[in-house]
Amino acid sequence: MVPLEAYLLLSLALLTVGIVGVLTRRNVIIMLMSIELILNAVNINLIAFSRSWGDVNGQIFAIFIITDAAAEAAVGLGIILAFFRNRETVLSDEMDLLKW
Amino acid sequence: MTADKILFAFFAVLAIASAILMVTRRNIVHGAVFLITTLLATAGIFLQLQAEFLFVVQIILYVGGIMVLFVFVIMLVNLDVSLHMVQFNRQRFVAAALSLALGAQVFFALWAGRNSLRLPGGASLRLPAKNSEAIGDALFRHYMLPFEIASILLLVAMIGAVVMAKRRV
Repeated sequence: MVPLEAYLLLSLALLTVGIVGVLTRRNVIIMLMSIELILNAVNINLIAFSRSWGDVNGQIFAIFIITDAAAEAAVGLGIILAFFRNRETVLSDEMDLLKW
Repeated sequence: MTADKILFAFFAVLAIASAILMVTRRNIVHGAVFLITTLLATAGIFLQLQAEFLFVVQIILYVGGIMVLFVFVIMLVNLDVSLHMVQFNRQRFVAAALSLALGAQVFFALWAGRNSLRLPGGASLRLPAKNSEAIGDALFRHYMLPFEIASILLLVAMIGAVVMAKRRV
């Protein structure tokens, strides 16, 4: 049986890669994909604890997180499409209308 | 090494390697394909953790739904010029250093608390054998209200996506 700590470390690695992606890339679509990666890391955590403690509630929470991820992807991609139509760019540092 | 450890190592290395490739590739379509690989490897991890229902949901919803949506938007939005531009923003070194510092912090927190992760006397705790049945039971008995709220959230997200992507409101 693989110990719980191994799953937590895998989740931590995916979370770190996701945060690096959100903070360093210029392309908004890649930032959104990195957010999906972060949510996925959270799911690994929840399900690992669910098995370790023999409790199915963690999996229920993972289902709700997947629902949130779907909603977030739909709305986020809609916003990206609308923005692209107005400004012809998907780069985050060119979205500076509110910047002083 | 037993078989489940080998499987775990395979899926974990696959997930982390393709996640790193996803974040660093220049071409967005390649990034999306690597993200699909990561999600499939994570699905394998779920199966190994005896979460069969979530394994199926992960493949159908993430790989079959969300990633197809991403690829569609990439095709609608893709600019060939963006392939030849700088891919990382100006604060990239500070941001990468700070994220790695955050990762190291969480790692040390895990290391310090490694003996308190388990419930006392928890060696005999097991998940119910019928996974989908147990999830349905819990979802429709104890989590009925959150379930309904999640459906309203999906409805609002659907309306929001349609309104956002419409040409003229």
